[in-house]
Amino acid sequence: MKNFQIVRASSPSSALASSAKDSAKYIAGGTNLVDLMKKNVTDPDRLIDITGLDLKKVERVDGKIRIGALAKNSQVAEDKLIKESYPLLSLALAAGASQQIRNMATVGGNMLQRTRCSYFYNTDLPCNKRQPKSGCGAMEGYNRMHAIFGASDSCIAVHPSDMCIALAALDATVVVEGSKGQRSIKFADFHRLPGDTPEKDTTLKDNELIIAVELPATTFSKNVHYLKVRDRTSYAFALVSVAVALDISGGTINEARLAMGGVAHKPWRLTEAESFLSGKPASAEIFRQAATLAMKGAKSYGGNDFKLTLAPNSIIEALTIAASK
Amino acid sequence: MANNKPENEKVGNQDGNTRRDFLKKSGMITALAMAPPGLLAASENKWDERLAEYLETVPLSLEVNGKKQSLQVEPRTTLLDLLRENLQLTGSKKGCDHGQCGACTVHVNGTRVLSCLTLAVMQQGAQVTTIEGLSKGKKLHPMQEAFIKHDGFQCGYCTPGQIMSGIACIKEGHANSREEIREYMSGNICRCGAYHNIVDAIQDVKEGGQLS
Repeated sequence: MKNFQIVRASSPSSALASSAKDSAKYIAGGTNLVDLMKKNVTDPDRLIDITGLDLKKVERVDGKIRIGALAKNSQVAEDKLIKESYPLLSLALAAGASQQIRNMATVGGNMLQRTRCSYFYNTDLPCNKRQPKSGCGAMEGYNRMHAIFGASDSCIAVHPSDMCIALAALDATVVVEGSKGQRSIKFADFHRLPGDTPEKDTTLKDNELIIAVELPATTFSKNVHYLKVRDRTSYAFALVSVAVALDISGGTINEARLAMGGVAHKPWRLTEAESFLSGKPASAEIFRQAATLAMKGAKSYGGNDFKLTLAPNSIIEALTIAASK
Repeated sequence: MANNKPENEKVGNQDGNTRRDFLKKSGMITALAMAPPGLLAASENKWDERLAEYLETVPLSLEVNGKKQSLQVEPRTTLLDLLRENLQLTGSKKGCDHGQCGACTVHVNGTRVLSCLTLAVMQQGAQVTTIEGLSKGKKLHPMQEAFIKHDGFQCGYCTPGQIMSGIACIKEGHANSREEIREYMSGNICRCGAYHNIVDAIQDVKEGGQLS
């Protein structure tokens, strides 16, 4: 690892000021950044340690729940408010990484983790995300883990987070602070599709710092499920994951939320399937139809052809489990 | 075999001259040739090298196994390297060095973390516990006893991490069934496959109710 300077920020504004110089990066849990630095995928001149900032609380604010950007993944997964009001988020967090990593990783850092595409990680191979215009090794190479939705000619990598799939389904909002003050970003707009600029994972500008994630007052506390399909039972990235939150009364679905992980460059919200499910009976046939709708436009690249079958089956399974709770 | 040993060691010493040693020596010769006489003493004491090293380091104070430590470390030093290289606490193991195996698991302020992905400089004032800090004198920690009793290892390389993780698993309240233990121990890989006995050991300690 290349050596670097490290400074400790005492406030969001001091963090912003420090990050304006050199090739600086914020560091909190470090579980992804330190690894990327060891692999020379990234080599910042300066790190800004933001762990001293007062952004660690999970609290109710005006009916919403506000999760500080520095709250640890394990802390949020086991938080009483989250478990009661947003169990989907708790399930998704517990499905990600290992307990040691969840103890270190923060909510803000989880949102900013980079893809685990092996071409992105290997500096000897081409990758448009790591080195713009160098090409994509995965397109015709090893692409078992890769996208089936929203990919471009320059990148077929997937977003790796579990937590973000639940946050997308729950209509969260991201609060960020930049040199011009704070702004809110809808979760659906926070991550982006690769297009011609896969090096950009998010819509954050310049050195903006994530302050918090807010969950709306609408809760889904009963009929929820996070289904994660992976190569081993635990501690592996998703091949496909599905976050489901249903509001059901008398066997009829009033509202449905569906998002998928492991299939796109960002958490993949299934809005068409959601609208279809609204007002319909929670039945096996309806779930099958919703899954078919959700798969419209899917495209595979050889190694990940199996996802075209795995994904709809996972949607049906997740809906069935959520509805039966 | 015993007779060969001194010879092997001798060969080892000759080969042991690293590229770095060579560069240092040849650099020194050039420096000596060019330096004014007043600098000779400084260069002989390697003050310039020491100064350069010092300028790239930052002060760090933390507590490891109940003992206060004050050191100068490079910002890029991981907690694992600090423990193993600077403090000679080699119980915590470097398996993958990328957060995938759990062999480097230690407790920081009572929480289990991966020391290979932890920057030492960010642990100012932290209380770190490693496998070396568990026993009380000659009396092993109940989890260490349980791993011996249940044969919870074969080669032993992952064991320090497994034990540190196992203790935390119980403290966190995640050892209520075999399934739960397996899920919450999934960050610790054992390539010998001693998982069944590791779960036995953790269950035993959980049921015994003794965690120190």
